[in-house]
Amino acid sequence: MELNEIIRPENKVYAKPRLMNSNHMHYCPGCSHGVVHKLVAEVLEEMGQEETAIGITPVGCAVFAYNYIDIDWIEAAHGRAPAIASAVKRLQPDKLVFTYQGDGDLAAIGTAETIHAANRGENIAIIFINNAIYGMTGGQMAPTTLLGQKTATTPYGRRVDLNGYPLSIAPILAGLDGTCYVTRQSVHTPAAVRKAKAAIRKAFENSLAGRGCSLVEVVSTCNSGWKLSPAEANRWMIENMFPKYPLGDLKNV
Amino acid sequence: MAKIQGAVTVNEERCKGCDLCVVACPCDVLALQPKEVNNRGYHFAYMARPERCTGCTSCAMVCPDACIEVYRVKVE
Repeated sequence: MELNEIIRPENKVYAKPRLMNSNHMHYCPGCSHGVVHKLVAEVLEEMGQEETAIGITPVGCAVFAYNYIDIDWIEAAHGRAPAIASAVKRLQPDKLVFTYQGDGDLAAIGTAETIHAANRGENIAIIFINNAIYGMTGGQMAPTTLLGQKTATTPYGRRVDLNGYPLSIAPILAGLDGTCYVTRQSVHTPAAVRKAKAAIRKAFENSLAGRGCSLVEVVSTCNSGWKLSPAEANRWMIENMFPKYPLGDLKNV
Repeated sequence: MAKIQGAVTVNEERCKGCDLCVVACPCDVLALQPKEVNNRGYHFAYMARPERCTGCTSCAMVCPDACIEVYRVKVE
């Protein structure tokens, strides 16, 4: 069969989600952010929530998320996305409210907002992109940076005596009574992408149903910050990130 | 048994040549353009061996820039 016989609208099985517009994304080639953006757009489209969804963007690489997905967005000050999301959800309880944050935003400057929003049991979904580095500012050490990992500010690797231990946010939030769903996912293979999509959908459903705070941590790559090619970064993530940040559900009630 | 044939189209201007689709393809269909580049200077992905494609959507699923569309037909 010829290619032009296969490439017809009736045979289409996968395409860019409708909510994702055609703006060229500013992310580096191979960045995990693009995949998670795509999953958010797909899930909102499948749930039919494009009119009721309100996203809160962070400061960091994902700061321009509002340019790529055609739903309502609010841009929060650095780290304050869960606080804004709490306010939005309290004022408009019938909306699907979620934040989209990186590890510099959620686990460093915004740790207090994150923990208290989760502890209050705000009915929001938090999508947490953990790539163990500050990507936007040029690859400095983040709280989540692994021991021994080289970054711009730890050129000889992160040291315990100087920089402390890597911060694992998901188990902290799983220990709070206000959270209903805490999971850790990744998007490096097609199977992992499917699982991450199901997790994001579940978190969004929890927000709509008012079951409490949900956290979907996505262990991601930052190939520019790690100074690796996208495929090598995926391998590095499997070898080094997964032992410290193992995938799976930490809490599901 | 019905055979399944697939095909993909790549949005060449949107593609950043990250190579993730090439790695994800189980049938070794895709490759990056060895010489040609798009307007932004990236070696975009293309179907190097189209006859092997089964339309499994693995490439499109891992594509960070959502530039791959997948088509699939059953050949009796």
